[in-house]
Amino acid sequence: MPDQLLFAAEVTLNGLMAGVLYALVALGFVLIYKASGIFNYAQGVMALFAALTLVGIMDGQVPFSHLINAIFGTEVHHFGWHVPAVAAILLTIVVMVVLAWAVNRFIFRHLVNQEPIILFMATIGLAYFLEGFGDLMWGSDIKKLDVGLPQGINLWIDETTYNAFGYGFFIDNLDIVATVIAALLVIGLVIFSQYTKQGRALRAVADDHQAALSVGISLNFIWVLVWSVAGFVALVAGIMWGAKSGVQFSLSLIALKALPVLMLGGFTSIPGAIVGGLIIGVGEKLFEFLIGPLVGGATENWFAYVLALLFLVFRPQGLFGEKIIERV
Amino acid sequence: MFYREAGEFRTSYTDDGQTFPIAFDRWRYYAVLAIAFLVVPFVINDYWANAIFLPFLIYAIAAIGLNILTGYCGQVSLGTGGFMAVGAYACYKLMTGFPDINIFFHVIGAGFITAGVGVLFGLPSLRIKGFYLAVATLAAQFFLVWLFNRVPWFYNYSASGQISAPERTVFGLPVTGPATEPWAAYLFCLVFVVAVAWIARNLTRGSVGRKWMAIRDMDIAAEIIGVNPLTAKLTAFAVSSFFVGIAGALFFAVYLGAVEVGEAFGIQKSFLVLFMIIIGGLGSIFGSFAGAAFMVLMPVLLKNVLVGGLGWATDLAAHIEFLIVGGLIVTFLVAEPHGLAQLWRVAKEKLRLWPFPY
Repeated sequence: MPDQLLFAAEVTLNGLMAGVLYALVALGFVLIYKASGIFNYAQGVMALFAALTLVGIMDGQVPFSHLINAIFGTEVHHFGWHVPAVAAILLTIVVMVVLAWAVNRFIFRHLVNQEPIILFMATIGLAYFLEGFGDLMWGSDIKKLDVGLPQGINLWIDETTYNAFGYGFFIDNLDIVATVIAALLVIGLVIFSQYTKQGRALRAVADDHQAALSVGISLNFIWVLVWSVAGFVALVAGIMWGAKSGVQFSLSLIALKALPVLMLGGFTSIPGAIVGGLIIGVGEKLFEFLIGPLVGGATENWFAYVLALLFLVFRPQGLFGEKIIERV
Repeated sequence: MFYREAGEFRTSYTDDGQTFPIAFDRWRYYAVLAIAFLVVPFVINDYWANAIFLPFLIYAIAAIGLNILTGYCGQVSLGTGGFMAVGAYACYKLMTGFPDINIFFHVIGAGFITAGVGVLFGLPSLRIKGFYLAVATLAAQFFLVWLFNRVPWFYNYSASGQISAPERTVFGLPVTGPATEPWAAYLFCLVFVVAVAWIARNLTRGSVGRKWMAIRDMDIAAEIIGVNPLTAKLTAFAVSSFFVGIAGALFFAVYLGAVEVGEAFGIQKSFLVLFMIIIGGLGSIFGSFAGAAFMVLMPVLLKNVLVGGLGWATDLAAHIEFLIVGGLIVTFLVAEPHGLAQLWRVAKEKLRLWPFPY
């Protein structure tokens, strides 16, 4: 095979892997949007917050240490212990559940029946709040997240492809792990929503709030549940992205990358989020590879949005979204 | 007590339909204008101009622009930062391309160019609605910022990739560049603010504005009663982008002087202006001002209290600022989803009856 084609194939593979990560974030959006009609802008910040909390717990940081030091003039930073990764992840899940409860108790319970734009704004407010809260709690320096995931080039793929084509593909182990975990997560979510009582209740709420209420499903409980699940998805996404590029502010910006994925796949479709993620991941990598050098590079910033925009003009509800029926 | 309609008899439609039908309101409006034009320029200094008045005035223009699109026409846009960038770069190209023409016309020209770009990016709104449109406008935001970063023609091939405003004068007084007096810059912006608010107010209560509101409330129903969604949506995009473009031009030329596009007109700016109109009140000109004032004043206040008053580190104060801004936005939405403008309306209703409850 000619070199150019091999490069393109490698870029495509890497794009698929990146797409999986986008899809992970998009998944959290879809879950909440389906169950409560809230377009949760804070999903990216939730991923950041989860990752920060995980690192903080693992390293035994004292929460709010900067604030405490500033007020009392003390010099505390660390408890001086290290929590094993599994225990830290479990503790972080507890934190995310508490967060889910608090979000519903203090924000969205008061905003029932408001217009979607107001709810959207509330989540932007929440995003700001969480960002400040996370930084205040754990400090804003870039942290290294290491929960024992393999990293670096996958030698097996490198050697196999080298022997087959004479050119070794560079695929990061972490991306492969991420893909596997994402697949497991989606299978888990599908099983949860198909075969458990809570999962069925969740689908009922997504289908029709009032009908769900009338058969005795507690909306409050379902909302806390769905925010918790979204928090868990955010944690997984946070671990993956955090292991890839360190836990830092830019992690919250992946939420913006997930938006075109959502548009492409449709706001209400879990398979849509996955397929959309893959299309965007491959599309932007290939575009940057083929067209990028001609127009000055860094096209990744906007390509996904423009692609989604053009796509929407022809199919306004996205690939798998529910058909928009408008009645007067 | 202070706020009475008693004894005011309106005998014509013109009387009844004016912007401030109550005499007290009207006089208060004249008083505010008089103070803004005749008192503030004499007492203003560098700190007040740069920290409070200039950003407030410029953001007020941007907020009015976005409010026309989002509050009146119901098209949510997250591309404000990108359109402000168009205004800034258009102004820069006009300033350097035609140095003999008064900067006043450059700013207005920048507004018209932005209006054209806005219409272009508004075209998909005919097919795409709601949140899908909001995300689609992000395409404008990121694409435009990237464009101004990557195409050297826009920044006249300067080595730093920045654009900086050359000195331009109005009536012989510099309003851009380092030699600008704070009061001159303030007055220059104020003229635009008053003009924009006046135009916006009169557009929104005329037939154009009613069409926008019909589209906002339900576009299919509006189409059935004879509103053309194509013209209504595109005029909203055009007028909105025109104002946002003026705001961007002033932001660059008068307020900052030198601009790096990703920093000054990034996605954060889009959100900031959106915050302003939601906190201030969607579909209200007064709300745009109130929201702009709120979002400009609060960080200054917090910074003064936390860094100046308590002596905390700046990064700690910045985190707390995020925390408080987020918390306040949520609190506001919970307490009054229709913003400061609604609070103001409620307060006025109360004042009309005060001190009697009924």
